Amino acid sequence: MQVSEDVFSKVQAALIDALGVDDDEVTPEATMVGDLGAESIDFLDIVFKLEKSFGIKVATEDLFPKDILTESTYVQDGKVTATGIAELKKRMPWADLSKFEKNPRVQDFGDLLTVSDLCRYVESKIA
Amino acid sequence: MRWFWIDRFIEFVRDTRATTIKNVSFGEEPIDDYLPGHPHYPHSLIIEGMAQTGGLLVSEAEGFQRKTVLAKVSKAIFHDLVVPGDQILLTAIVQDKKPTGAIVEGKVTVNGQIQAELELSFAFLDDRFGGGALFPPEDLLRTLRILKLFDVAVDQNGNRIHAPEHMIEAERLAAREFVRSRAVSQLKPN
Repeated sequence: MQVSEDVFSKVQAALIDALGVDDDEVTPEATMVGDLGAESIDFLDIVFKLEKSFGIKVATEDLFPKDILTESTYVQDGKVTATGIAELKKRMPWADLSKFEKNPRVQDFGDLLTVSDLCRYVESKIA
Repeated sequence: MRWFWIDRFIEFVRDTRATTIKNVSFGEEPIDDYLPGHPHYPHSLIIEGMAQTGGLLVSEAEGFQRKTVLAKVSKAIFHDLVVPGDQILLTAIVQDKKPTGAIVEGKVTVNGQIQAELELSFAFLDDRFGGGALFPPEDLLRTLRILKLFDVAVDQNGNRIHAPEHMIEAERLAAREFVRSRAVSQLKPN
């Protein structure tokens, strides 16, 4: 799934500003937490900068569907169930869940989002 | 040492903006100890003063009951040194506020000249960090009165903001307990 250059460059600028990383580190494949070192408080800053840059409203639940990751309907033995995965795909169609699906440990969800995912999310909001 | 790096509120609009003043005195320990021979007010304490101004600004609407902590200094640009005798104006402007935290822009001036530009992120800690506020409400209320926050605080419609009822009640209970403990100690034989 390709993302537009304009969206990518604005997202890249927001991440450089919020995380203090270099532009060559913000590649489409880079994960927000693992590769770019984003911590939970950084997401507040990132969301603020994206909202300002694109004139959109971002709900925290869009990026972190807490209920799917905590409720017993969706989680068993620390892993997201098939029902949970289906719900995640429904709510996060912009996210590439293929890698997570193979071993859907809840603890790994935090490092799921990539820069591309974030760009596609923004595109879904401005579409 | 008392960890207060603001002296008084001179402006406070709920969840919008607040300005405090800080009078810098040669008598303050950090002034001379920070860089001996070159007395000036450390930049880190200007950040702390802005954190105190902004932290109170973003936690007032919820009656100061949320655990609010400075989580990130996103920007800190200093243009000049602050020296004894200067009066610092610290203005905090809310940029964004969400259930998990808030972002505040800080403008610091001395004699009308911009001294520092700051951007701070605050986190509202959830139950994982223990329930309740960071400070006993009666102690915080006393501090807020000393800082004259309720002398100037208004909501977005310009209506005066008064001390929250739960803090006044905590103050009443603390006073009652103090009187009771004094009476008990006076009854004890020497």
